[in-house]
Amino acid sequence: MISAPDVVAFTKEEEYEEEPYNEPALPEEYSVPLFPFSSQGANPWSKLSGAKFSRDFILISEFSEQVGPQPLLTIPNDTKVFGTFDLNYFSLRIMSVDYQASFVGHPPGSAYPKLNFVEDSKVVLGDSKEGAFAYVHHLTLYDLEARGFVRPFCMAYISADQHKIMQQFQELSAEFSKASECLKTGNRKAFAGELEKKLKDLDYTRTVLHTETEIQKKANDKGFYSSQAIEKANELASVEKSIIEHQDLLKQIRSYPHRKLKGSALCCGETEHTQDQTSQAATTSNPDESADTDLYTCRPAYTPKLIKAKSTKCFDKKLKTLEELCDTEYFTQTLAQLSHIEHMFRGDLCYLLTSQIDRALLKQQHITNFLFEDFVEVAEKQESAPPKPGPGRPPSRSLEECPIPQVLISVGSYKSSVESVPIKMEQELGDEEYKEADVAEMSSFDPQENLDYLDMDMKGSISSGESIEVLGTEKSTAVLPKSDSQASLTVPLSPQVVRSKAVSHRTISEDSIEVLSTCPSEALIPEDFKASYPSAINEEESYADDSEGAIHFQASVSAPELGEAEEGGLETPPSQIDSSCCIGKESDSLRVRLSTPAHTPSDQDGVVSIPPQRYRQKDQGFHVDFAVENASPLRDSSSEGFPADELDPSRLLASRDVSKTSLDNYSDSASNMSSLASTSSDRTPPSAHPTGPSSERHKKRAGQNALKFIRQYPFAHPAIYSLLSGRTLVVLGEDEAIVRKLVTALSIFVPNHSRYAKPVKHWVSSPLHITDFQRWKLIGLQRVAAPAGAGPLHALSRYSRYTSVLDLDNKALRCPLYRGALVPRLADHRTQIKRGSTYYLHVQSTLAQLCSKAFLYTFCHHLHLPAHDKETEEVVAGRQASFLKLTLGLVNEDVKVVQYLAELLKLRYVQDTPGTGHPMLRFDYVPSFLYKI
Amino acid sequence: MLRWLIGGGREPQGLAEKSPLQTIGEEQTQNPYTELLVLKAHHDIVRFLVRLDEYRFASAGDDGIVVVWNAQTGEKLLELNGHTQKITALITFPSLEACEEKNQLILTASADRTVILWDCDTGRQVQKVSCFQSTVKCLIVLQRLDVWLSGGNDLCVWNQKLDLLCKTSHLSDTGISALIEIPKNCVVAAVGKELIIFQLVAPTEESLEWDILEIKRLLDHQDHILSLVNVNDVSFVTGSHVGEMIIWDILDWTVQACECNFWDPSPQLDTQQEIKLCQKPNDISIHHFTWDEENVFAAVGRGLYVYNLQMKRVIACQKSAHDSNVLHIAKLPNRKGRRSAVTCSHKNHVQYAPNRHVYTKPLRIGISGFFNMWGFGRVNKQASQPVKKQQENAPPCSLELIGDLIGHSSSVEMFLYFEDHGLVTCSADHLIILWKNGERESGLRSLKLFQKLEEDGDLYLAV
Repeated sequence: MISAPDVVAFTKEEEYEEEPYNEPALPEEYSVPLFPFSSQGANPWSKLSGAKFSRDFILISEFSEQVGPQPLLTIPNDTKVFGTFDLNYFSLRIMSVDYQASFVGHPPGSAYPKLNFVEDSKVVLGDSKEGAFAYVHHLTLYDLEARGFVRPFCMAYISADQHKIMQQFQELSAEFSKASECLKTGNRKAFAGELEKKLKDLDYTRTVLHTETEIQKKANDKGFYSSQAIEKANELASVEKSIIEHQDLLKQIRSYPHRKLKGSALCCGETEHTQDQTSQAATTSNPDESADTDLYTCRPAYTPKLIKAKSTKCFDKKLKTLEELCDTEYFTQTLAQLSHIEHMFRGDLCYLLTSQIDRALLKQQHITNFLFEDFVEVAEKQESAPPKPGPGRPPSRSLEECPIPQVLISVGSYKSSVESVPIKMEQELGDEEYKEADVAEMSSFDPQENLDYLDMDMKGSISSGESIEVLGTEKSTAVLPKSDSQASLTVPLSPQVVRSKAVSHRTISEDSIEVLSTCPSEALIPEDFKASYPSAINEEESYADDSEGAIHFQASVSAPELGEAEEGGLETPPSQIDSSCCIGKESDSLRVRLSTPAHTPSDQDGVVSIPPQRYRQKDQGFHVDFAVENASPLRDSSSEGFPADELDPSRLLASRDVSKTSLDNYSDSASNMSSLASTSSDRTPPSAHPTGPSSERHKKRAGQNALKFIRQYPFAHPAIYSLLSGRTLVVLGEDEAIVRKLVTALSIFVPNHSRYAKPVKHWVSSPLHITDFQRWKLIGLQRVAAPAGAGPLHALSRYSRYTSVLDLDNKALRCPLYRGALVPRLADHRTQIKRGSTYYLHVQSTLAQLCSKAFLYTFCHHLHLPAHDKETEEVVAGRQASFLKLTLGLVNEDVKVVQYLAELLKLRYVQDTPGTGHPMLRFDYVPSFLYKI
Repeated sequence: MLRWLIGGGREPQGLAEKSPLQTIGEEQTQNPYTELLVLKAHHDIVRFLVRLDEYRFASAGDDGIVVVWNAQTGEKLLELNGHTQKITALITFPSLEACEEKNQLILTASADRTVILWDCDTGRQVQKVSCFQSTVKCLIVLQRLDVWLSGGNDLCVWNQKLDLLCKTSHLSDTGISALIEIPKNCVVAAVGKELIIFQLVAPTEESLEWDILEIKRLLDHQDHILSLVNVNDVSFVTGSHVGEMIIWDILDWTVQACECNFWDPSPQLDTQQEIKLCQKPNDISIHHFTWDEENVFAAVGRGLYVYNLQMKRVIACQKSAHDSNVLHIAKLPNRKGRRSAVTCSHKNHVQYAPNRHVYTKPLRIGISGFFNMWGFGRVNKQASQPVKKQQENAPPCSLELIGDLIGHSSSVEMFLYFEDHGLVTCSADHLIILWKNGERESGLRSLKLFQKLEEDGDLYLAV
């Protein structure tokens, strides 16, 4: 842990300027946007003005073809959260900005209705009246009974903090995409099932009709057909046609390009299914023959119904619920993902940012960070298998590539965390060179990492393929692979394509909703534009006309769609056209100019700013904002797709939150009561989460207890030294709860062997064995009365050379002497720190520094190996000793701590498969001393 | 209950005060073994360890499985399953010269009355012999003759292909407890109190058959012979249960020297009996020998004795090196002008006693060096006992304990020394422990690390 989110200063701009700041300036990456209301002297943590809800929440809405926009559910599902907030009103707002052009129906020149696989759209909007800002994620689900087979939905993350939405846009987008992908996958499955049923119905109907026709034919051998017979024949014909149409639809839905699914780690289970689907569907159109049919047909035998000739497209039928639309399984999965999102973005923006920076920094120290940091393997796994963008296909998940804050960090920050170590190596180098040298040094550990550093340092910007598509479909067409089977799916160019992008965003709503332009592609925007864009508001005026016109145009072109235009999709213009949309504004044209060259198929960022309509703006006081603001300094747009998601703090964050969720599960999934998990953490056997990282609350509690321990026991230092130097500390006591508590507290000082397990055993009552000391570095041992020479105590005395023993009942400690300077800094009993979480952070930062020293020590070649052949071992040993003492400033036993950490680093670095096995037990033949209160 | 805490946690009760054992504190500056690795694979007593090559060893025990380990990493390489009962003997087997593969082979004998030949590189069971009338208790390979012998209740001679060449008649129900090779195609077998010399007759032109003939029976021992080793080119040594050590001429099988009473265990026995830890006879039984050019190191009872072959007397001893009988003793290579031996005992831990000359001059003559001893005691609980030095007569030799290694919770059955990888111990607690020189290992890890860096092209040396 490098930063300390909870000590982030509450700054006002003026004060900041007045105060002479003598300390080294806060590194840029730590700076957090100033609190917007600071001028009013408000407490930054107070509720923001005007918000009618107590905290952020997620809203799912639908534009129902029967009743219009309606809220479906909120996460958390607790009325207390959104309070008096008008969900209906807000649903109307958010649904009305959907532009999704999911073109379904009979496109001109095509015989059958076509499904279009539409990319989701991501929009940020604000409503000052409600004091709400939202990230809105629109998606379309298929429903056979719905008009045009589509049902528009949206998921919105609603927050009172506009900056939070803007700055976390990338993360929000990435997370919501996962949720959406999950929903859509379930939906495709359900839709395919539905189609199959329908086909059976039709088939049955055809048989019936056919029989009837035959009967009639026989009855009428007069040579002419009665009108009845003709009607039947027509009916039959239409059924046949309908069958063909449905078969075609089925084929289409099955041919959904499964490549899109890659990377949506959440919907793991179905990947292979869809894979089957695609491959099978491509070869066989007959569902009965394809092997994957069982996927759809292996359900309770379905009895076909007779379908009436006149289809009843009426409003009396009940529309499917969201859960019915998707598979229940997927629906639940989505809900889990959404509540995960809710957890993930809980809290103040500055907290989120700091912890993201923190994660990103830690990520860079990938060689040392396993020692003391809680990492979840999930993060590792995700990173190890990054989604591979298909050739020639725009990276559909490129949002992940643009994590926000870490861009700034890079090498410089690494330096900062190490800079207290006075290493005089490349002093003579200029700053730039120093950086580079540093980079080079870093790179010696991992070429991959090196790439990242370089990238961050030089390019510093994000090449994002993801734009907020206000015109979603342009993307979608591009995304579709150009295979034969899908060629037909590509939307034929129709007149609409000529429309400009700006048009498409029909802000038809009569209201105060403003679509804030959020373009992750701001990487393409040069600094100078950025500077100019506070003035962007002015630009809007010139837009208004355009968009008006566009709407008009649309109406005339696609009249049939107009009915559902409010939520319906517009056809996306091909990407080349979007340059036209922004003409007229200076800055816009600049933007366009810059973005145009990037309009290769692989980089289709529609940069769209959508101004609200002028007249309304005046009334309602909309906010216009640009996501660009949040972005880090943009330097250079040359960065191409490198594996940036390695650095993505959101992933880390996500992983962290997974664990959090697991702890909080009990409380949050069921109800919204605040969680009790943390209180139970002391008592619950941590064996329940033996390897799991601790939650925030857990950490806080641990910090608190550690603080208590330090204050209570004068011999805390040697005890902590034992832990840091890898000598097993046995905490002996009668009361399990007390022992567990202390073990949990002390575990923050225990270096991990690997990322997967903390070498801590909270409670054991059987005699210890030599293997226990090899495996565990901190053990809670039950004191049992046993005859002398038997039981745990005897074993303990036998192995006393490997252990330090802390006797809680007698308040005594037996362990080697400690005379270093490190632990006193780490555990000062006179510390002013009061809060557990603060202390925890203090410990973490001290340990981070320690890790840096261990890192330097480990990776300096000459400290361990002779520089040339003639050097003797003694010379090397001398150099090693002086490095430890003079350069790293280590005193006495501190050396052993660093040496132990260095051994762990070596082991881990050398190990081919990290995480397997336990390291050897290292020990010293040193005398122990007894401390007693 | 605080007692152990206050008392420094070492010797709990009783024993500590009464035992005359030399102990060594927690500070063992000369003890290089500061790293250990516990190897777990067996589920019964591990009795045998055999070194296969520079970095591998095999272990076997009462669970009937043989495990091949990497001594450097502690990695379990192979597990050989084939015996249904405990393994009674384990020996490396030289590859057939004609054999195309030069794989390392081992022979194992088991209480299930089978002998199996294993390939330690592949884990393959090469061949199995199951025509034994009794359990084979010892195996010996006579490389000169390309045959191997198995000793149970009778003695069988086999060729490399595991064909039975010839066998003796039934010798005794107790069976052969030890076998060594001596010149003139002879072997010595220890059967109960007797030593029997057999001669192997290789096929000649007249007779195509192998034959084995009993040449002589040596009846000098009063009690069961526990140990039998070749000391050098001219003599071999035997030790019996009652503390007789006899040095024999290897050619004419006559007694060169005999030490019977010089151990004089009586004073210590009393103390021991009071504590009821050891039985009297055990105190002087000779379990194992090791030797160098001039000296024989004998594990006598709980102690360690150094017998000089030239002076024909004991030059140094530590009578209670361990708190129970010493089961195995081995000499470590000379280091820094000192010799060291390691002993292991019945007890829980290995103790490790150094033998060192106090004075510099005599060092050159005698035992200059330190002996690491492993001892194991029979007594149940105590862990470490060091060997002490004792000045015997004039020779300024002494045994000094340089360290003890505590790790096993039951008796240490055997150990192996690897020049490069440290010590391997096996024990009745089913574990094998690899003791390593921590400093050296740390250096090796650094070396490996920088090698890896270099391989990855990430190593940048400063200009």
